[in-house]
Amino acid sequence: MPSLAGLFFWMNIKLENIKKLDVIKPLKLDCGKTISGFPLAYETYGKLNENKDNAILVFHALTGDQFVTGINPITKKEGWWVTAVGPGKSIDTNKYFVICANVIGGCMGSLGPKNINPETKTPYGLDFPVITIKDMIRAQESLLEHLGIKKLLCATGGSMGGMQLLQFCATFPDKTFSAVPIACSSSHSAQNIALNELARQAIMADPVWDNGKYVLKNVQPKNGLAVARMVGHISYLSEKGMQEKFGRKLQEKADYEFSFNADFQVESYLRHQGYAFTERFDANSILYITRAMDYFDLSKQFKGGLIEAFKNQKTKFLIISFSSDWLYTTKENKDIVIALNASGADVSYSEIITDKGHDSFLLDEPDFLKTLKSFIDSMYEKFKNEKRI
Amino acid sequence: MKKEFKVIAELLSDNTRVLDVGCGDGSLMDLLKKEKNIEVRGLELNQENVQQCIHKGLPVIQGNAETELHQFPDQSFDYVVLSQTLQAFYEPEKVLRDLLKIGKSVVISIPNFGFWKVRTKLLFFGKMPVTKTLPNTWYNTPNLHMCTIKDLFNFCDEKKINIKKVIGVNEDKTSLITKNNLEIKNLFSKLGIFLIG
Repeated sequence: MPSLAGLFFWMNIKLENIKKLDVIKPLKLDCGKTISGFPLAYETYGKLNENKDNAILVFHALTGDQFVTGINPITKKEGWWVTAVGPGKSIDTNKYFVICANVIGGCMGSLGPKNINPETKTPYGLDFPVITIKDMIRAQESLLEHLGIKKLLCATGGSMGGMQLLQFCATFPDKTFSAVPIACSSSHSAQNIALNELARQAIMADPVWDNGKYVLKNVQPKNGLAVARMVGHISYLSEKGMQEKFGRKLQEKADYEFSFNADFQVESYLRHQGYAFTERFDANSILYITRAMDYFDLSKQFKGGLIEAFKNQKTKFLIISFSSDWLYTTKENKDIVIALNASGADVSYSEIITDKGHDSFLLDEPDFLKTLKSFIDSMYEKFKNEKRI
Repeated sequence: MKKEFKVIAELLSDNTRVLDVGCGDGSLMDLLKKEKNIEVRGLELNQENVQQCIHKGLPVIQGNAETELHQFPDQSFDYVVLSQTLQAFYEPEKVLRDLLKIGKSVVISIPNFGFWKVRTKLLFFGKMPVTKTLPNTWYNTPNLHMCTIKDLFNFCDEKKINIKKVIGVNEDKTSLITKNNLEIKNLFSKLGIFLIG
């Protein structure tokens, strides 16, 4: 395995070959600071048709990136939503033009804490401004402008992607014809914040983190970041799903070792997932992005509450939740439906019955994928008709 | 029963807002949308039916009418339609109250337990009736509170619920039901359709 410093060097080299938009227009962030002339990395799949009515914007989740499907050119692994997006898939790239941008604060080419701060000529680290979900989506609006798309056919995203989408619809009520927020929430609950805090504390407790200055030394607080990722992985599975997948099975051994090595399969799984993650993600990015999620509260932004947030909504919604998701529960998703109903918006809702927990939206869940496909295809017919009239 | 949907469609004014509670695969919503330019919404429990509705581009919310009608704001629909499901609820009266709360008017259809074929089956065979409109046997029927047109008529009277119109349906024939012809229509209608509120 290459050394971590070498790996980072390699990543930086590769990151120069990906699609990037240089966002010239200054963006005033919620924290008060302004960024301008910053990179927004993105990827597209399929072709934009002549009428420009087949564009679908995908918002990625906490640890996702712009490489939705196919092979991620950086990690050489499959894109994070290969189950739903691709030729002949629910979001059919033979038919639709799919766009996804790396969020600002991220580490796959968009402006983030490991970028060089023009003022100090060194990586930002904790000098990077605290960003919000709203900042993320406002940055992405520039991309739509750049691509010449006035109105999207659909926008979708799960988890934090769903939050970005809700924010996108509330901020731009007429920018997308339809929207599918999946397994998300209109504000982070105490439990959500607590889990994110656990992840952040794990990173900060790693001496390598060094107040975020590890970037200057080209190293990574691997141990802390791996624990942060393990917390995430536990929250993405359901109790039942985890029991069925691992139970009390031992990892390639007949009996207990009477040690603290990974005796159980579930331990081995978490360790593997945790450390694999440190090879592709920046620890400071986790701090910034989880913070953005915690600050997310649509009701707070719109003083009249959630109903106010969705006032004058022209977008047609389909909300999807998963029965065993305890991170963003059916109840939280239903609250969004209720608010949309109360504001008179066109909203559909489906709860997919599954044991696979929050992760379900990334997995091969036939009912989910079928529902997603049905909705997008029917919206395309409607959107075409509307445009014709 | 397609005739039922046609009768319901005729009861509703054009260009209104309608919630179809227990909308099934969306057939009625589709009809109302296409022929009456009605803005439709559906509530449906069954996953497969929800998918069908979404496939047809009809807005549908997956949920249970017994417990989830409160999510809709008061008086937010011109009509709320409940087709042949009232008898399947644990608490039909509570559901009916909820429907009247969210809809300015409510359309309810019920399979009529007072229909002569149903009565004779019970009278002559001494068995719970199984008919086209009541296809289940006693142990697997979802119908917990079977009633007759007369029962629902009297119920509305007792509870001071305003009856605007009642229509009896027998195959392709429909007829207006009033207090005066209630006894006879209760005997010869397979289905009762009530417009109340």
